[in-house]
Amino acid sequence: MLSTADENPAARPPSGTVTLNAGSTAEGDAVGAEPKISARGVSFYYGAKRALKEINLDFAPRVVTAIIGPSGCGKSTFIRLLNRMNELVPGTRLEGEILLDGADITAPSCDAADLRKRVGMVFQKPNPFPKTIFENVAYGLEVNGVRDRLALEEKVEDSLRRAALWDEVKDRLRESALGLSGGQQQRLCIARCLAVEPEVILFDEPCASLDPISTARIEELILELKRRYTIVIVTHNMQQAARISDRTAFFLMGELIEIGSTGRIFRAPRDKRTEDYITGRFG
Amino acid sequence: MNTPKERFIKLLFTAAAFSSLALLAGIIIVLFREALPVFSFVSPLAFLGGESWYPTAEPPEFGIWPLIAASAWVTGIALVICVPLGVGSALYLHELAGPRQRAVLKPVIEVLASVPSIIYGFFGMTVMAPFMQEAFGLPIGLCALTAGVILGVMATPTVASIAEDALGYVPRSFREASFALGANRWETLVKVIIPAAGSGISTAIILGMSRAIGETMTVLMVAGGAAVVPASVFDPVRPMTAAIAAEMGEAAVGGEHYHALFAIALALFLVTFVFNAAAELISRRYRLKLGLAR
Repeated sequence: MLSTADENPAARPPSGTVTLNAGSTAEGDAVGAEPKISARGVSFYYGAKRALKEINLDFAPRVVTAIIGPSGCGKSTFIRLLNRMNELVPGTRLEGEILLDGADITAPSCDAADLRKRVGMVFQKPNPFPKTIFENVAYGLEVNGVRDRLALEEKVEDSLRRAALWDEVKDRLRESALGLSGGQQQRLCIARCLAVEPEVILFDEPCASLDPISTARIEELILELKRRYTIVIVTHNMQQAARISDRTAFFLMGELIEIGSTGRIFRAPRDKRTEDYITGRFG
Repeated sequence: MNTPKERFIKLLFTAAAFSSLALLAGIIIVLFREALPVFSFVSPLAFLGGESWYPTAEPPEFGIWPLIAASAWVTGIALVICVPLGVGSALYLHELAGPRQRAVLKPVIEVLASVPSIIYGFFGMTVMAPFMQEAFGLPIGLCALTAGVILGVMATPTVASIAEDALGYVPRSFREASFALGANRWETLVKVIIPAAGSGISTAIILGMSRAIGETMTVLMVAGGAAVVPASVFDPVRPMTAAIAAEMGEAAVGGEHYHALFAIALALFLVTFVFNAAAELISRRYRLKLGLAR
């Protein structure tokens, strides 16, 4: 754990049906600081089908931004643009620009591998490699040229600690990662991502396949991580967005309908469609 | 719901399914019954380890070590050919080939697998052997190397298609996880995809090997036929399958030579059985490892 414990009141959300993240660092609708990531006029096509339409969206540093919306609204497609994961899908096309610290990551001069070291990703289904726990966390480091055994061990332990998994696995680092429970596997994937020291972490419905207790642990972890990282989380679960995010963006059919502080979006949505969605009228 | 007709159909299919089991049992029983008498006139050790195979001499000698060695050499050479070619093709098809290359290559590989072995043998005799003779200055081109190379080419489609399946079984999420950590395509292939498909690729190699060791017509035509322990890859050899095929016609039914040939067949059967069992075991472990249901 980090030494500066409990300075973030958001780590202890009040109880209630839809609990709002009280101590939000971005209470107003404005991003405030210089955005870490900025999507400008982003449209995305699968073949001829337009999946995203003219998205303009800023992500402030060290803030948790949640993207909510019904299935097929383009929220996963959007988050996968931020680390250029969609490039692996043939026949896709992007318009507009996405800036990371002001530099366009969609430019040909930007190396996708370098970008992905800065913008990490945790997937919907825990996807540890069929390797040992240690090898899983060390993988990203080895790919980045870390060969020194001691440095590796130190970094692996540090990453596992930060992912709140160390105490559970410290005696079985040489065992297969596939022997861990689903929640542990997902925290391992988070540790694996942290080891590369990204600046941004993208969570693509990280709790979709987890039970409520594992989900709570991941949520705690995300609140802990936002002290150091810019976090974007796609979620199906509105309670989750309310519990852990500072800002919430609502997507519908490939369009960004509304973005604002999470408290404001849930208390006083400006758009009728946002209100219908968060009150459960559809979705 | 269990009308007599349904019951009859059920019985029919059950019988069809179990007939292969009955056939296998029959083959094993006959093999053992015809093979075991050989040990009444030659000890198991002298049979397997004996260096002289003179079944028609007076007195005859039944040492099959030259035949075992020939099979091993030829299979070994075949592996040197079919592993790089087969695994290489699989990697190419899986990783690099676009839809158009796949559309051409997949059927070509399947056709290669369906060419009758006598055509390979014919090709070996008329093209490969003269080429070897010329290239290496051999007295005769029919030798272990020629047979091994031809067998390797024959086994390549087996290795390629099973290895490609194994690569295909690797979940896409592993690839995504690797890319998301900043790995490039090459690192992902070498450090994630190939290790994850490793046991599937081993299965492919073992099955290719058992294809090579059991092949008869080709080795009969191009291996040279000398039942002598080979000293080099350029020596003519007589693998186990070739010995059986060549000599069965001249062996008197129920005679010593006849039983000895059955014993060779039994040894061959046991070897391929072990190979196939190993392949099955490895692939099962591998699918469990990947978290796939059997």
